[in-house]
Amino acid sequence: MIRMSNISWRFLSVWRRNLIVYRKIWKVNFLVPLLEPAFYILAFGLGFQGLVQGLSYGGKALAYTQFMAPALIAISIMYNSFFETTYASFVRMYYQKTFDGMMTTPLSLEEIILAEIVWGATKATAAAAVMTLVLGLFGFVNFPQGLLIVPLAFLGGLAFGAVGMFFTGITPSIDMFNLPIFLFITPMFLFSGTFFPVSGLPEWAQTAALIFPLYHLVELSRACCLGLVETNPLLSLGYLIVFTLCFLVLGLTTMRRRLIK
Amino acid sequence: MDQQPTAAGEIILQVDNLGKHYNGVSAVAGISFAVRAGECFGLLGPNGAGKTSAIRMIYGFAPPSSGSLRVFSLDVADDWRRIRSRVGVCQQDNTLDPDLSVLQNLLIFAGYFQIPADQARERAEELLHFFALEKKREAKVGELSGGLARRLTLARALINDPELIILDEPTTGLDPQSRHLLWEKLHALRARGKTFILTTHYMEEAAQLCDRLVIMDHGRILIEGAPTGLIEAHVGSSIIEVSGADQELVDFLAERKVEFDRMADRLVIYNKGNAEIEQAVRAGFHSRQCTFRSATLEDVFLRLTGRELRE
Ligand SMILES: Nc1ncnc2c1ncn2[C@@H]1O[C@H](COP(=O)(O)OP(=O)(O)OP(=O)(O)O)[C@@H](O)[C@H]1O
Ligand SMILES: [Mg+2]
Repeated sequence: MIRMSNISWRFLSVWRRNLIVYRKIWKVNFLVPLLEPAFYILAFGLGFQGLVQGLSYGGKALAYTQFMAPALIAISIMYNSFFETTYASFVRMYYQKTFDGMMTTPLSLEEIILAEIVWGATKATAAAAVMTLVLGLFGFVNFPQGLLIVPLAFLGGLAFGAVGMFFTGITPSIDMFNLPIFLFITPMFLFSGTFFPVSGLPEWAQTAALIFPLYHLVELSRACCLGLVETNPLLSLGYLIVFTLCFLVLGLTTMRRRLIK
Repeated sequence: MDQQPTAAGEIILQVDNLGKHYNGVSAVAGISFAVRAGECFGLLGPNGAGKTSAIRMIYGFAPPSSGSLRVFSLDVADDWRRIRSRVGVCQQDNTLDPDLSVLQNLLIFAGYFQIPADQARERAEELLHFFALEKKREAKVGELSGGLARRLTLARALINDPELIILDEPTTGLDPQSRHLLWEKLHALRARGKTFILTTHYMEEAAQLCDRLVIMDHGRILIEGAPTGLIEAHVGSSIIEVSGADQELVDFLAERKVEFDRMADRLVIYNKGNAEIEQAVRAGFHSRQCTFRSATLEDVFLRLTGRELRE
């Protein structure tokens, strides 16, 4: 279905289009990652103070906020890229007919879709970078290895951008995105070692968490921020790469089927 | 880019037995025609005739289900990129980018063609001037009126200085002023040797702009030819319209083997310049409201495609 000859660096011109639109409201776009971690840290730091004394992760005792901070970055990567290639791409594809217009130029559908996914990853990377800096100021990130968040965010952004595009390729209408969010995104948000360590869950739940791409992203994010892990980071990295490649192919295939009639 | 200007009269588009099915339903059922350099070729037909489907295959958006298609002697399936870099398309739907300003719409579109930035800017300024959009350069696309948006769409379709310009209903929904402005611009472009493929529901527009045209219905081509020739051949030069269907008149016409269409409230008589019929109608049925007029492309269209509504 997908022709490799249809993919070239021309996709960057579509990526650039999204960047130009993004820059128009860049202040708003940066406000969220700037403030969001502060809200969470405040809420959980103050609110959970009396409830959670601290916990053990990767064989080390951590304050609860220390444990949670790297997960906030991973969650933000997921949301930024997934929402970009679902709602935002759907609006461009369906309501604005932006892709139809592009299809009169020497751009292939593959390039347009790839650009959307890479754009989602870019947006996620920008948000993650801002959050890492903010959390670094709070003392939650060890530098310089914390800077590895940047390439990690791009990979994670590609992974969730690609899944999002897959759902865009098969969703009958924009309202139906509620379904993958409820069945896929929200469970991951809760059970990927984000707000409590997976090691505290029953055996079967621990195994199930390994399927979640967010689990691996959170793991790697903790490795970058704290230098701690509970799963082999190479396994996590390998999983994310394979996951990304699979859904890139699925995203391109379903979008092709949807748009080329 | 290996862009050789096409010699006048050379075949730019060759369509042979082209077909398109959607889930087994046929939208284009084997059409054939050729368009030469410098020509303005019209694709006419009622709603759902298959015009847009045909056009989408020409610029390589939709793969043909059957038949063959060559643009600039290139095969669309393999050489779509080279073809699209030499074609400008004004789609039926508004596909302007609402997230961008008027000027940005042109500049970013130029980017899709890999046109260098300084050249794109120059070209965009030229086009803004040509379509009298200079004052709106910073406006948001959503703020443009229908006519301005259409002008911008056309400007955008010309950003790559295309040799072949495909216009899918460029003037639908425009007021007479905007329509006349667009016609003027199209004439100016024709003078520069551009080739056009045009669809429209305004028969007057087709008659005025097209050198040759086809009338399609249900995915098939019914007739092909120059507007004046088609009028002469299919309805003759003159028409008499008589209000009220009168059995006496019907009998009279049938007896003389004069062709006519009968509608609920009137008769359309194709008298083909026959003065005798005209005299007889004037003398015998003057009590009714009669209109004597010359035939138009619209008469041909309605005659061939019927008068009932589509879809
Ligand atoms: N993507 C599609 N999927 C299924 N059917 C389609 C699709 N696009 C067009 N059709 C059908 O193909 C037929 C031809 O449609 P097309 O849009 O080519 O007509 P048209 O001549 O451009 O009409 P109009 O004057 O209304 O623009 C119609 O019956 C239409 O319903
Ligand atoms: Mg149409």
